[in-house]
Amino acid sequence: MRTISKLALTVLALLLGGTAFAWGAESRDMPPLDTRGMTPFFEPATAGPKAPDDQGFLQRWLLLEPITKPNASNTGFTGAYVRDALAISGFPGGTAAQPKAGTTVQMGGESLRWYALDAKLFDVKLFSFAQGLNKPVYGVIFWAETMIDSPREIRNIRLAVGSNSASMWWVNGEEAAGLFGDRRMVMDDVVSAPITLHKGRNIVRGAVINGPGFSDFCVRFIDENGQPVRDITTRLD
Amino acid sequence: MKPTLRAVAVLSVLSCLTALPAAAQLAGEPFIHDPATITASDGKYYTYGTGTGSLVSDDGWTWHAGAERPGRGLAPDVIKIGDRFYVAYAAGGGGMNGGHAGAIKLMWTKSLDPKSPEYEFHEVGDVATSDGVEATDAIDPAFLYADGRLWLSYGTYYGYIQLVELDPKTGQRIAGNQPVAVAIDMEATAMMYRDGWYYLLGTHGTCCDGPNSSYNIRVGRSRSVQGPYLDNMGIPLLRGGGKLVANGRGRQYGPGHFDLIELGDGVEKFSMHYEADLDRSGRSVLAIAPLLWKDGWPVEGENIKAGTFEIESERSGFALQIATDFVRMDFDRRRSFMAAPTERVGPIPNQTLEQDSAAWPAGRIDVDLGDYMIRPHQQWTVTPVPEAGGVMGTPYYKIVLAGTDRTLTAAANSKVEVTPIFTGAPEQLWRIDQLTDGSYRIMPKSAPGATGPVALMAVGASTPALVRFDLKSDAGRWLFRTP
Repeated sequence: MRTISKLALTVLALLLGGTAFAWGAESRDMPPLDTRGMTPFFEPATAGPKAPDDQGFLQRWLLLEPITKPNASNTGFTGAYVRDALAISGFPGGTAAQPKAGTTVQMGGESLRWYALDAKLFDVKLFSFAQGLNKPVYGVIFWAETMIDSPREIRNIRLAVGSNSASMWWVNGEEAAGLFGDRRMVMDDVVSAPITLHKGRNIVRGAVINGPGFSDFCVRFIDENGQPVRDITTRLD
Repeated sequence: MKPTLRAVAVLSVLSCLTALPAAAQLAGEPFIHDPATITASDGKYYTYGTGTGSLVSDDGWTWHAGAERPGRGLAPDVIKIGDRFYVAYAAGGGGMNGGHAGAIKLMWTKSLDPKSPEYEFHEVGDVATSDGVEATDAIDPAFLYADGRLWLSYGTYYGYIQLVELDPKTGQRIAGNQPVAVAIDMEATAMMYRDGWYYLLGTHGTCCDGPNSSYNIRVGRSRSVQGPYLDNMGIPLLRGGGKLVANGRGRQYGPGHFDLIELGDGVEKFSMHYEADLDRSGRSVLAIAPLLWKDGWPVEGENIKAGTFEIESERSGFALQIATDFVRMDFDRRRSFMAAPTERVGPIPNQTLEQDSAAWPAGRIDVDLGDYMIRPHQQWTVTPVPEAGGVMGTPYYKIVLAGTDRTLTAAANSKVEVTPIFTGAPEQLWRIDQLTDGSYRIMPKSAPGATGPVALMAVGASTPALVRFDLKSDAGRWLFRTP
């Protein structure tokens, strides 16, 4: 069983701090008044399972520090370009890798660290993640992974994704969704063909590429009636 | 470059519809990016844009450089409250090169006309800021004045669109007021209040790349000014939602920066810029389009395009026509009803103009309304006459019986008639504005003896006349239908 490194948790605790924020209004989508860096949008993931939010969005993710990939414009994010730039064969450490929080991986000339985080809102604000780590925020690729535990086999559900900008998504190693072009994030933007979640462990991986945009993504599963799937959990250990 | 009007091909009434490209948007040199709300002052219309871009117009159709605004900066907006014009604009922010540290600055003047003695800008100061790190960008301000309260939205793709409240007496930020996030990943927001709904509009997509710009205008609505704003699918604008209002069309690409223009009598329009007008070297231009309302949502309307139409009264469903004797079409009724199902069938031509017009008098002819019978005397070719000018986003049109020079003309004593040729006289120039329900109002540029503006109204089920427009009645609403 994988465990979140104590070092990583310590680093995150220092990065995220303990500042209390006054919320602007009662809304689950409302950001805090101070939106600088990671703290407003992430907290360290704890060990064990985490249920999706009340609308089924997956909030617990392993995120890799951004890979530098300069793009002055997002108009070049054609399907062909994105499939090449975000091929699953390029998953950091190889497709068989089992990344852990706090571990690093060599990507090109960069040594990049995995972080285990819980998004506070429905979306995963990659821009703020990078900003909080003092990493590049533009011209970047982000990789993400989460593990899904399902109490039963669930057929005919769909992976629903929104991302800024283009992205690719895989469920249990199979391509589920591709979002191409100069995308802005909107929930349920691209929805996969019907897929099956196995009883027990499943893996969702994704990669987001952006040039000058404000990178983020949101992911959930929806059933045949378009309703969120909530009787699953995410975990990183 | 002036808008071009392509010659109207005169087609047989058998095919009738003449589908031609729309006249180019607006006359003059309407070059601007991020136009502010078009605002009337001292008998002219003004709009300010990013940097030094500013335009002035006498009629809302022909625009020239000439307005002036201190401060330069980005994407201003203007609102008149009492005797003050408040002008907001952004200094700094706006992008990677300039960073996202910005400030919304406010000033006011009592006139927008640089020649007026009351043209004097007074600084109010900063009403919103961003530090370049927080997830918002203090540019693209937009005013909303509703129920005595003054609101200002601002922001870009960089994080959140924010809303703050200002004091309408001073323009200053209300003490203690904190920004409220109302949307993500939009630019160039605008707000409206209508029938108990607050509407937040903004631009999705990417700007500033000519015909590759993906700009398009979207909207969400809320019962509370501070949100949550939802689109037609119930998706919050804070989750990326937004119902389409306007996208590129024809030769104009990438609309953005919506602002409302209320003209009264059921006519609403909106201004925007196109990122690229391919008829003007791909430059960014001001544009104005009708604004319609469908099921409580704003929708982009359309100026009448050159073509041939039945002009149908919403009052009676009758068609505008010249008052001539009905000409029967040859038809074997007995054969039609008694023919066996297996008998061969073939086309029968529509009545021709020659057949219908054989007995028409050579001079003027009265106009009335009647059952639409797909006859040539009921089919009108409508053509923009941009060289004759226009009114707030729409050119004047001439309206002639299809295939002829017989021209719809405003006559004395509130009458409307057809005269033998088009002379370009103001009585033959028609202003056609789309109303918020999608129908059209038809007004002559001038009507002999009229003491005020008049419109074509069905004063009787079968009788049109030029009288004062009545918004509450269908008598002045017209449809332009494929003949």
